[in-house]
Amino acid sequence: MSAPGAGAGAVAWRISRVLLLLAFAGFFLLPLVALLDFSTKVPSTGDRTAQPWRDLLADEQMSSAITTSLLLAGLTVVGMVLLLVPTMVWVRLRVPRANRLVEFLCLLPLTIPALVIVVGIKNVYAWVDYLIGDSALTLTFVYVVLVLPYAYRSLDAALSGLDTTTLSEAARSLGAGWGTVIVRVIVPNIWSGVLSAAFISVALVLGEYTISSLLHYDTLPVAIVMLSKSDAPMSMAAALGSLIFAALLLLVLGALDRRRRPTGR
Amino acid sequence: MTIRPHDLDPDADRGAGGLAVELTGLRRHYGDVHALAGLDLHLDPGELVVLLGSSGCGKTTALRIVAGLERQDAGTVRVGGRDLSHVPANKRDMGMVFQAYSLFPHLTVLDNVAFGLKLRGQSRAQRRQRAGDVLDLVGLGEQKARYANQLSGGQQQRVALARALAIEPSVLLLDEPLSALDAKVRVQLREEIRRVQVEVGTTTLFVTHDQEEALAVADRVGVMNEGRLEQIATPAQLYAAPATPFVGEFVGLSNRLPATVEGGHAHVLGTRVPVLPGSASGSGLALVRPESVQLTLDEQGSARVATVAFLGPLSRVTATLPDGTDVVAQVRSADAVELTAGQRVRLQVSPAPVLVVGA
Repeated sequence: MSAPGAGAGAVAWRISRVLLLLAFAGFFLLPLVALLDFSTKVPSTGDRTAQPWRDLLADEQMSSAITTSLLLAGLTVVGMVLLLVPTMVWVRLRVPRANRLVEFLCLLPLTIPALVIVVGIKNVYAWVDYLIGDSALTLTFVYVVLVLPYAYRSLDAALSGLDTTTLSEAARSLGAGWGTVIVRVIVPNIWSGVLSAAFISVALVLGEYTISSLLHYDTLPVAIVMLSKSDAPMSMAAALGSLIFAALLLLVLGALDRRRRPTGR
Repeated sequence: MTIRPHDLDPDADRGAGGLAVELTGLRRHYGDVHALAGLDLHLDPGELVVLLGSSGCGKTTALRIVAGLERQDAGTVRVGGRDLSHVPANKRDMGMVFQAYSLFPHLTVLDNVAFGLKLRGQSRAQRRQRAGDVLDLVGLGEQKARYANQLSGGQQQRVALARALAIEPSVLLLDEPLSALDAKVRVQLREEIRRVQVEVGTTTLFVTHDQEEALAVADRVGVMNEGRLEQIATPAQLYAAPATPFVGEFVGLSNRLPATVEGGHAHVLGTRVPVLPGSASGSGLALVRPESVQLTLDEQGSARVATVAFLGPLSRVTATLPDGTDVVAQVRSADAVELTAGQRVRLQVSPAPVLVVGA
C-alpha cells in the first residue's frame, strides 16, 4: 500500500501536468482561434460567413501563390535531401575530419540576416534569371541554403544514433556499392531524421517572406501580406489555411515514421 | 560485377568449400606506427586460422586488408590464386562478422540474411529458401520475423554469421565476433562457429585477443606481435613448443624459473630437461607451464605452499622458493586437498622440452 502523502503528490503532479498542457494549448491555439474568428466574421453585422474562404479558393493570384509555395517546398526538400544526406553520410564514412567544416558551413546561414543574404545573392540571381529564367521556383536555390542549419541538425541527430561505419562495412562486405549503402542501408535507418528535416524545410519555406518579397517573387507569405492590405479576412483565411496544412503535414510525416519503425523487444 | 568462387582461377587449390588464401609481405603504417611490418600468411582451403595478439599488434588491420576495407601500403592478397589486392571490398566475395553488432536495424532477421543474396540478383523465392536454410544452420530458424533490437547479443552475432555465410563466400572473416558477449554465451557461440565452419568448409580467418578462444576453435593459430607473425602452428604445438619468448609468455601461463643451459639441456629446479630451438644459452629463465611442475609434500622440501586456488577438477597451487620466486603448479584437486599454506613441498619439472630466454 502506498503512503497517503505519495498518492496526494501523484495527483498534484497529474493536475499540474494537465494545467500546463492547457496553458500551452491555449497559448498556441488562441491566435489560431482568433484567425478563424476573424476570417469567418462579417465585420459590420458580426454574422458568420465562409465567403473569405470561398474567395481564397477562387482567387487566381492566391491560388498561384499557394501552388508556387508548395512547389518551392517540395523542390527545397528534394534539393536538401539530395545535397545533404549523401554529403553527411560520405563525410562521416570517408572524411570524418571534415565533419566540423561541414557543420560550420551548414550552420552559417543561421548567423547571416536574411537582408544580408538578399543583398549578397542579388548579383547571383541576375545570372540565374539570365540562364534559367526568372521563375519564382528559382528561389529553391536560396531556400536549400536557408534550410541547411535546421536540416543538418535533424540529420546529424539521426546519424549520431547509428553506427554508420560498421553498417556500411557490413553492407560493402556483402557486395553493396556506395550508392546501395546510402540508399538501402543508411537512409532507411535515419528516416525519422530525414522526415524531420523535410518537415522543418516545408514549414520554413511556407513561412519565408523577406527574401521572396525583396526578390519580388509572389509566394504565399508575400500574397498574404499583399492581400491583407485589400481583403484582411481572406488573408487571415490564407494564413490559417497554410498553418493547418503544415500541421496536417506534420501528422502525416509522424504517422509515416511510426509505421516504418520496428518495435523493440 | 560480383566475384563468385567459380569466377576465380579454376586451377587454384581448393577444398570442399573454400579457397586457399595467400598474404604476402603485407605492410601498413599509420604515421610513424607500423601496424603491419611485412605479414606473410597462408591459409589452406577450408582451414580456420586464428590471428591472436594483444591490442595494436596488427591483427585487425590484416583482416581488414583481406576484406578490402583498408588498403595495404605494400604486399598482396591472393584468394584461390587470384590477386585481389586492389579489388574493392564489395567485389571480393568475402563474408565478414564484425566485433560491433552490425545487423541492419530496419530489416528483419530474414531480410538481413537475404540482403547479400538480393544484391546478387537472386529471386525472392531463392533468397527466402537460402536465408531460411542458413538461419536453421545457426539455430535461429524461428526468429526470421524479428528485428535486431528484439534479439540478444549472441543471437545478433549468430544472425550476422548466417548473413555472412548466406552468400557462400570464398573466405569468411571474423573480427573478434565474441568480444561483446558475456563469458557463457561466448563459449557456446565459439563452439557453434567452429561447428558451422567445419560443416560448410569455408576458409576462415578469425581475429581475437582471447587466447582460450583461439586455442579452442583454430586449426592453426598465428601469434602476432608488432605487425609481424611470431609463430603459426596448431594450438597444441603452439602451447607445447613456443618458437619465441614472446609466444611462450603470451600463450598460456608460464613460470619463469632460473635455468642453466648446457649441451641442449637445461637444469631447472634440479631437473634436466631438453630445451626448445631458439633457446638462450648459458644462464637464463626457463618458461615452464604450471602443469609441468610436479609438487610433492616433503618436510625437507625447499619451497613453501603460499596459496591453493580451487578451479574445479584442477587446483592451482602457488609455492615460494627460498629466493622468493613464486612457482605456480597445476595439480588434481583431489591431490590438492591435503595442501595448506605454509607446508613444505619439493618441486620438480617434468621432462617436457622448455624454452629458455635470457635472464
